[in-house]
Amino acid sequence: MPEPRTGRALRVVSGLLVAALAYAVTVQVRQDEESDYSTLRGVELVELLKSIDAANQRLGRQIDELTATRNGLQSSNQSSEEATKQARKRAAELAILAGTVAASGPGIQITVSDPQRVVDAALVLDTVEELRDAGAEVIAMNGTARIVAQTYFLDDEDGIRVSGTLVKAPYTIDVIGDAATLEEAATFRGGIVDRFTNRGAAAEVDKRGKITITALADARRPQYSRATSDE
Amino acid sequence: MIPLIGIVAGVVAGLFLQPTIPLWLQPYVPIAIVAALDAVIGGLRALGERRFDDRVFVISFLSNVVIAGFMVFLGDQLGVGSQLSTGVVVVLGIRIFANAAAIRRRIFHA
Repeated sequence: MPEPRTGRALRVVSGLLVAALAYAVTVQVRQDEESDYSTLRGVELVELLKSIDAANQRLGRQIDELTATRNGLQSSNQSSEEATKQARKRAAELAILAGTVAASGPGIQITVSDPQRVVDAALVLDTVEELRDAGAEVIAMNGTARIVAQTYFLDDEDGIRVSGTLVKAPYTIDVIGDAATLEEAATFRGGIVDRFTNRGAAAEVDKRGKITITALADARRPQYSRATSDE
Repeated sequence: MIPLIGIVAGVVAGLFLQPTIPLWLQPYVPIAIVAALDAVIGGLRALGERRFDDRVFVISFLSNVVIAGFMVFLGDQLGVGSQLSTGVVVVLGIRIFANAAAIRRRIFHA
């Protein structure tokens, strides 16, 4: 056994060593939390660099692919927007033809006074044909009956049935189209006005800068016919 | 008593001084810690067996740390630094487990 003095000194030294160990552990743990690369060896750094390089390449490829996808989607989006615009325009045009929307534009108004009840469905149909021949785009009678492709005319006791709607005299026929051509078509010798006059009715033609037609036709879904899509 | 004070003092100093380990020392500190832990566990076992000696503890502590550091240094010089460090850690770990098992048997008789 060593002397008591030396023993105490050794005891203090071992305490100091334990303190040094605790100190080192604390410092090392704190250092690890910072987690930089300064503690790594060269080989480990090379490995790390390699794996990061590989990840970088992989991610680069992914970026390329995703960029290509995005560009594709963008262009297809643009073209589908274009198609939507076209389809809307066409739908609006067709809606005017089908009589499912109100329309306005230049045109003429024909007023027929028929005190002797001589105007019949055939005469009105003739008139409509004549107007269509002159480029009429939208036609309505008395502001309530829109005349479209499917419209039919029937004689009735009190007037004329236009696709089921009863229209009574005096008749007003609103027509949208080229006003000058329509007026000419209505007033030329042997034309619409003459025909009414020959029967014993009176017809007047007014050229208007703007005619608004709010009467709508019922849009019927075709029951038997289907569109054939040809390639 | 003195070792307990040492632990507390060391932890407090480490937390409050917040030093950074110098770069040239960084590869050695973790190995040195494991080696020192081996010495401490061995000391605890000796304490339990009532044959603890401060002289033996101090010498084993210092020699453990120095040898472990030297082996890491040597490994770095030979280009097998990480492998040799792993080897040292494994060996010291086995010793720590063996000593801990001895302590456990003494305390719990199991």
